Amino acid sequence: MVKSHSSGTNGVRVDRSVVPATIKSKSRARRHWWKQAAISAMWWFLSLTLFISLWELVTALGWVNTLILPPPHEFIAEIGNQEQFLSPRIGVERVGGNFVLLTAIVATLKRVMAGLVLGFIAALGVGGLACYFELFGKLTLPVITLLAPIAPIAWIPFAIMAFGIGDGAAIFVVFVGIFFLLTLATVNAVNNVDQLYINTARVLGANRRQVMFRVVLPAVIPDLFFILRINFFAAWMAVLAAEMVGVNAGLGAIVMVGRQMFNAKLMFLGMAIIGVVGYLLDVGFRQMQQRVLWWKGSSHI
Amino acid sequence: MSEIVCNHISKIWNPDTAEPNLAIDDISFSVEPGEFLVVIGPSGCGKSTLLSMIAGLESATSGTIQFRGQPIDGPSPHRSMIFQQASLFPWLSVIENVSFGLSLQGVGKRDRHNQAKQYLQQVGLLKSAHRYPHQLSGGMQQRACIARALCLGTDVLLMDEPFAALDVQTRHQMQKFLLEIWQGTGKTVVFVTHHIDEAVYLADRVLILTANPGRMLEIVTVDMPRPRDMMSKGFEYHRNLFVDHLRSEVVRAFEEQELAEMLDTRIK
Ligand SMILES: Nc1ncnc2c1ncn2[C@@H]1O[C@H](COP(=O)(O)OP(=O)(O)O)[C@@H](O)[C@H]1O
Ligand SMILES: [Mg+2]
Repeated sequence: MVKSHSSGTNGVRVDRSVVPATIKSKSRARRHWWKQAAISAMWWFLSLTLFISLWELVTALGWVNTLILPPPHEFIAEIGNQEQFLSPRIGVERVGGNFVLLTAIVATLKRVMAGLVLGFIAALGVGGLACYFELFGKLTLPVITLLAPIAPIAWIPFAIMAFGIGDGAAIFVVFVGIFFLLTLATVNAVNNVDQLYINTARVLGANRRQVMFRVVLPAVIPDLFFILRINFFAAWMAVLAAEMVGVNAGLGAIVMVGRQMFNAKLMFLGMAIIGVVGYLLDVGFRQMQQRVLWWKGSSHI
Repeated sequence: MSEIVCNHISKIWNPDTAEPNLAIDDISFSVEPGEFLVVIGPSGCGKSTLLSMIAGLESATSGTIQFRGQPIDGPSPHRSMIFQQASLFPWLSVIENVSFGLSLQGVGKRDRHNQAKQYLQQVGLLKSAHRYPHQLSGGMQQRACIARALCLGTDVLLMDEPFAALDVQTRHQMQKFLLEIWQGTGKTVVFVTHHIDEAVYLADRVLILTANPGRMLEIVTVDMPRPRDMMSKGFEYHRNLFVDHLRSEVVRAFEEQELAEMLDTRIK
C-alpha cells in the first residue's frame, strides 16, 4: 500500500517538468475523487448486502411470520403487481403499463417541492420585511415564535379540513412545516450578518435598500439553505404522514393501501421507495448547497 | 482649506445605559489635503472609533467633524475606509468587488469592469480579476480593498490598521506599495496603527492618543525624506521620541508588555 503510494508520487514528480501545474493537480484531484467514491460505494454495498442477507436468512429460517415481515426479494418483486393493487385504490389514472409507482413518486415530490419553494420564498420575504420594517417585525415575530414549534404533522388535521384531501392539504403541511422556523432563522441570520460587510457597503455609498439586497441577502442565503435542508426531512415526513391519513395518491398512500389490504409486501415496497427517494433528494440538496456556496470553496462546506 | 477638521469631538458608547463608555475625549485636529496622517495609540484607545466617525459610520456625541468645510452626516464615497480584516464580499469576484461602488451607482457592467481593470492593474491584481476572495492571500485582499476605494475616486483613504493581520514581510511590502499609491495619486490618508515603526515609516505627521479615554497626547511631525531607512539615525530618533511619549502613558494606562508589542514589529 505504502509502496504503491510512494511510487505514485514519483510518477507525478517526473511529470512536473512537462505538465502545467493546474492540469496536473486537477487530474490528481479527479483520481482522488474516484478513489473516494469507489471506497464509499464498496461500504454501501457491503452494508446493504449484510442487511439484506440477514433479513433473508431470518425469513428463510422461518423465525418470523413472512406475512408481516416479507423478505426483500418478495416485496421488490411486488413492483410487477402494483397496477393491480394500486391504481384503483389510490385514485391514479391508468396511464397504461406499469407507471403507477412512478406517478406516486411524482405526486409526492410535487407536493414537497411546491411546499418547500413557497415556504422558502415566503419565509425570506416575511423575515426580510420583519428586519426592514421594525414595527412589522415587532408585531409579527412573537406570533411566529409561538407557531414555530408546532410539528408539521400536527397541522395535518386542519389542512385536510381546510383544503380537503388532495395536493392543497399536503402542500400546506410542508409550507407551515418550514415557514415559521425559516422565518425566525432568516431574522436571526440577518441580525448576524457581519457588521464589517454592512459598513463596507455603506462607505461605498449603498443606501438601506441596497445594503439589504446587495449585501444582507447574499450573505444569508447559504445559512438559510442549510436550514432548509435540515428542515426538509420534517417536511418530507409530514407529506408522507398526510398521505397516510387521507390525502390520496403519493408514496404514503401506497404504504397505507398495503396495510388496509393486509399486504405487507406492498407496504415494505412503499417504505423502501420512500427511503431511497428521500436519500436521493438529500443528495440533490447537498449538490445544490454546494452551488449556492460556490464562493466558499469546497473545503469549507 | 483643510480636508478634514475635527473640532472638540467626543464619543460616548452606550450613553443611556448603566455603563457609558467614554472612548474619545475632546479631540481637535485637522488634516491637510494630500497629507499622510498616522494615528497611533495602544489598542482599545479609540482609534477605530475616531476613524469610523470621520467615515461617517458613527456620529460624535459632541463636537463637529467637517470634510472640506461641510459637516459630515453620513458615509460618503469621498471618504473610503479600509478595515483591518479584508472586507471583500466573498460571493463576488475580485473585479465585481472592486467595481461594487460603481454598480451601486448604476454603472453598466462593461463600463465598470473597464474602470476596475485600470485600478486592478495599479495594485497588480489584473490577473486575479476573476478569482474569488478566498483564493487570494491576505496582502492581495487588502490591495483589492484599496483598488475598490480608488475605483470610486475617493479623496480620503481612512485606513484602520490595514496591515496588522499580515505577516511582517508582506506588511513591509504593503507599506511601500501604499506610499507609492499615495505619492502617485495625491490622496489624503488617515492611517491608524499601533506599531511605532509603521508610524515613523509612513507618516507626515503622527497623532498620539492616550488610552482610556482616548485623548490627544501630541502631534509630531516626522520630517524625513522618503523612502525612509529604518536603520538611519533620524528613524532611530523618532522611534525613541514615540517610545518616550508613549512610556509616559505606560504607568497610567497600559503595560510595558504593550509597549514592547508596539515595537516588536520593527521592520528588518
Ligand atoms: N460599536 C461599539 N459599541 C460599544 N462600544 C464600542 C464599540 N466600538 C468600540 N467600543 C469601545 O470603545 C473603546 C475604543 O475601542 P476602539 O475604537 O475599537 O479602539 P482601538 O481601535 O484603538 O483598539 C473600547 O472600550 C471599546 O470597547
Ligand atoms: Mg481598532
